[in-house]
Amino acid sequence: MFNNKNQPSGVDTVENAKSEPDKDQPWKELGLKQDEYESIKEILGRRPTSSELAMYSVMWSEHCSYKSSKIYLRQFGEKVTPDMKKHLMVGMGENAGVVDIGEGLAVTFKVESHNHPSYIEPFQGAATGVGGIVRDILSMGARPVAVMDQLRFGAPQDPDTARVVHGVVDGISFYGNCLGLPNIGGETVFDKVYQGNPLVNALSIGSLKHEDLKLAKATNAGDLVILFGARTGADGIGGVSVLASETFGDEGPTKRPAVQVGDPFAEKVLIECCLELFQAGVVAGIQDLGGAGISCATSELASNGNMGMRVQLKNVLLRDESLTPEEILMSESQERMCAIVPKKHLKDFEKIVNKWEVEYSVLGEVIDEDRLYIDWGHEEIVNVPPRTVAHDGPVYDRPVEYPKYQDALNADSSSKLKRAENETEAAAQLMELISSPNHADKSWITNQYDKYVMGNTALAMPDDGGMIRISEETGLGVALATDANGKYCYLDPYEGARQALAEAYRNVAVTGAAPRAVTNCLNFGSPENPEVMWQFKQATAGLADACQELGIPVTGGNVSFYNQTGETAIYPTPVVGVLGVIDDVARRVPSGWQDDGNNIYLLGTTYDELDGSAWAKDLHNHLGGRPPKVDLQKEKELASLLYGATQQGLIEAAHDVSEGGLGIAILEASLRFNVGARIWLTELMERDGVDLTAALFSESQSRVIVSVGREDDVKFQALCEARGVPVLRIGVTDKENQAVDIQGVAKLELAAIRGAWAGVLPGLY
Amino acid sequence: MRIGVITYPGTLDDRDAQRAIRLAGGTPVPLWHADDDLKKVDAVVLPGGFSYGDYLRCGAIAAKAPATKEVIKKAQQGLPVLGICNGFQVLVESHLLPGGLIRNEHQHFICRDQKLRVENNQTAWTNLFEKGEEIVIPLKNGEGGYIATEDTIKMLEEENRVVFRYLELNPNGSMNDIAGLTNERGNVVGLMPHPEHAVEPGFGPDTAVATRSGIDGLKFFQSALKALVNS
Repeated sequence: MFNNKNQPSGVDTVENAKSEPDKDQPWKELGLKQDEYESIKEILGRRPTSSELAMYSVMWSEHCSYKSSKIYLRQFGEKVTPDMKKHLMVGMGENAGVVDIGEGLAVTFKVESHNHPSYIEPFQGAATGVGGIVRDILSMGARPVAVMDQLRFGAPQDPDTARVVHGVVDGISFYGNCLGLPNIGGETVFDKVYQGNPLVNALSIGSLKHEDLKLAKATNAGDLVILFGARTGADGIGGVSVLASETFGDEGPTKRPAVQVGDPFAEKVLIECCLELFQAGVVAGIQDLGGAGISCATSELASNGNMGMRVQLKNVLLRDESLTPEEILMSESQERMCAIVPKKHLKDFEKIVNKWEVEYSVLGEVIDEDRLYIDWGHEEIVNVPPRTVAHDGPVYDRPVEYPKYQDALNADSSSKLKRAENETEAAAQLMELISSPNHADKSWITNQYDKYVMGNTALAMPDDGGMIRISEETGLGVALATDANGKYCYLDPYEGARQALAEAYRNVAVTGAAPRAVTNCLNFGSPENPEVMWQFKQATAGLADACQELGIPVTGGNVSFYNQTGETAIYPTPVVGVLGVIDDVARRVPSGWQDDGNNIYLLGTTYDELDGSAWAKDLHNHLGGRPPKVDLQKEKELASLLYGATQQGLIEAAHDVSEGGLGIAILEASLRFNVGARIWLTELMERDGVDLTAALFSESQSRVIVSVGREDDVKFQALCEARGVPVLRIGVTDKENQAVDIQGVAKLELAAIRGAWAGVLPGLY
Repeated sequence: MRIGVITYPGTLDDRDAQRAIRLAGGTPVPLWHADDDLKKVDAVVLPGGFSYGDYLRCGAIAAKAPATKEVIKKAQQGLPVLGICNGFQVLVESHLLPGGLIRNEHQHFICRDQKLRVENNQTAWTNLFEKGEEIVIPLKNGEGGYIATEDTIKMLEEENRVVFRYLELNPNGSMNDIAGLTNERGNVVGLMPHPEHAVEPGFGPDTAVATRSGIDGLKFFQSALKALVNS
């Protein structure tokens, strides 16, 4: 890509750029548009050197610059009220948001995509996805304490799906386990729309004391710029500009060399080393190296601190001595960090990195000038204002168009689908649904992840949310849940995004925690398609409005565009993560019942809402109509009821009713501890005016099933009444009878349900 | 009583082991791989993880670390040593225990609540268990398949040196369902499952009574303290 043979010195210098203004440059191959190239020339007053071109091309890529999404992401900040900010220590724009959880402690969390690399090379793509998000968390001064993953695969039976599933799960397992971070939850969804473009999102959370917060800033002239960790190699060159910012053609994976290669051992050592450096107070600013590598770290550190930097690129330790300066600037080699270290602390810095046997080199120093100078030996190859690289990239207001298919899609409701004619048929449908890949047991995947390491996991899969103890002294902890229903978002991106937030919020509430903050990973098709841009516009507005209504702020996130195969985009899939706080994790509530004879209640109202449901899609292969209505006031009341009831210790188990409806929720809550239930639905059908199919499979929102000990019944019902949450007793737990006995419908033996449910994924993969 | 916990680069469960020792009533002492000073500890735990990234062979590089060399010397003199998962691999690579550990036969990492039978309650780390007692502690490994020559297996069985056996499901293809071993003297024990993850109510395996309430692992560490008091 970079042809240096015409230049005796081998590099394109600032001098050359001035003396040879008309040289042809590969801006197009690097993913830049003509007008972007022109504006670089305007900024510099000359053509860029090839190194500068490399830097601008990666930093102005969609992945790094958010150029198509920026104008929509602003509303996450604009729609935040002062009250929503009261627990927010660091908001959007940093490596990850930071939330105060009390007792002088804070957590930082973020979810990021690694979709494109994970299709090309599933194992390394997924592994480095975990590595990247963990370094983001570390950069805030936090100890990473858990990970989660949100996965979307193609059709379960497609042979290529097996390739992707095996690679991705192995990659996450390999990297996360080796880092010693518990994997506490996530999502796995199969749909042929993700066949040529699977989604691999990874979330990490870290904890820190308030005073340990670190920012990616260089603020003092004379401080040293130090690169440490793994050596720089040829892996991942152009990953963000070429891979993450382009659409896959139908011909499949061809860009394998652009995928990074991960070494979790190096990262584990780097984590411990960084934490010791932070503890010793020798680091003034820190930035991880991910997308865009050294280009990103140097320009962002300088720009964030309103300073400049002078860097000697020959000081970078290399794995491969033949790398050109452009390649060094663009390399996305993993397990590297860049620290700003005051000169007086250099000795202490060296002592700690030597203890951990981590390699480092001093690249240069911070200067009080609005300039980033990079030299290659004696030659100057970069001379740019750092802000123009890091922050003042192009911003696009892309064309938006209401999709041509949308009206017909919304008109095509599920009402014409054949419903169960009798109770036997309804029971058979329930069994069919629980044994479909989307609702079957996911432990084939989750058993490949370590959920125990660190000894602080209070809840993990298959419970609705993951929960981690942060303070061993007091039991203070956090819960996390993520959700996104691509089908709902396809039917209505505005409502779908609100629903994703509502469900994640509910999944945190059922654990007994109080929801406090939001992160997101917005996975969409090509922004150059106006119909995709409409989906994006709607979804971001829906999410921002919903956050405002629920009173919890977005703290950060990630956008992944170009998720499509040829002209076919994925369903819009805005993954929403909600963080909750619980004052003592000993109060946590699992998703299944364990005691005998407890009453089972359904909270919330059931409507006939089957459009976009699992019943319609997985049993009838139908997707159309309108997604279920979301009422966020009801969600708030429900969450506050659950919180109050948990504080009083009234609830034994709580499980969110979502995909698959009440029927699936009851089976899952019974399978959790292998304790059955007797269930009656007639009262529910009468009260809410729904038929058996809707009672079992409707996906109406704001619903949760709970089990409550008999001695707490009066208290619990009074609490529901006081909070105005509809409550109905629909059954009782039954330890003796190893069955879910839905009275008048069917008695389903637990062994039979488990058999149908547990064998699906192992059978496929 | 002071029980040392060695941290190698890539060790993951060191803090968990320290917590387990504390909960059992002992004093955990962090030890560093590069330091041959064992700080006069009364016993040593080699914790789980991926020391040196599992490069070469699991546990092979850690077996050559200065701290490990010191542990080998003291173990031969009777120092109680417990190797958990990667620590078990280190003990095998150090020849304190016979045999080897290979990739799970199904080729996947596996994390599950594992039922075990205590076959030998005469060791420094199992004396508080009943012989034949069934316990549940977490298991999590990618290379936990125990192998040895026919003669070694025969010797281990005859000398009652199999300390734990997998029950209900052999999770990794280990010969004779072997989950853990001891040396002749009974002071060195190595096992693949993780007792240190089942020591605190709320954070262990699920039990028939309550979520994540299993604490069967605590007795390992209490046993060591008892053995030390008695000696």
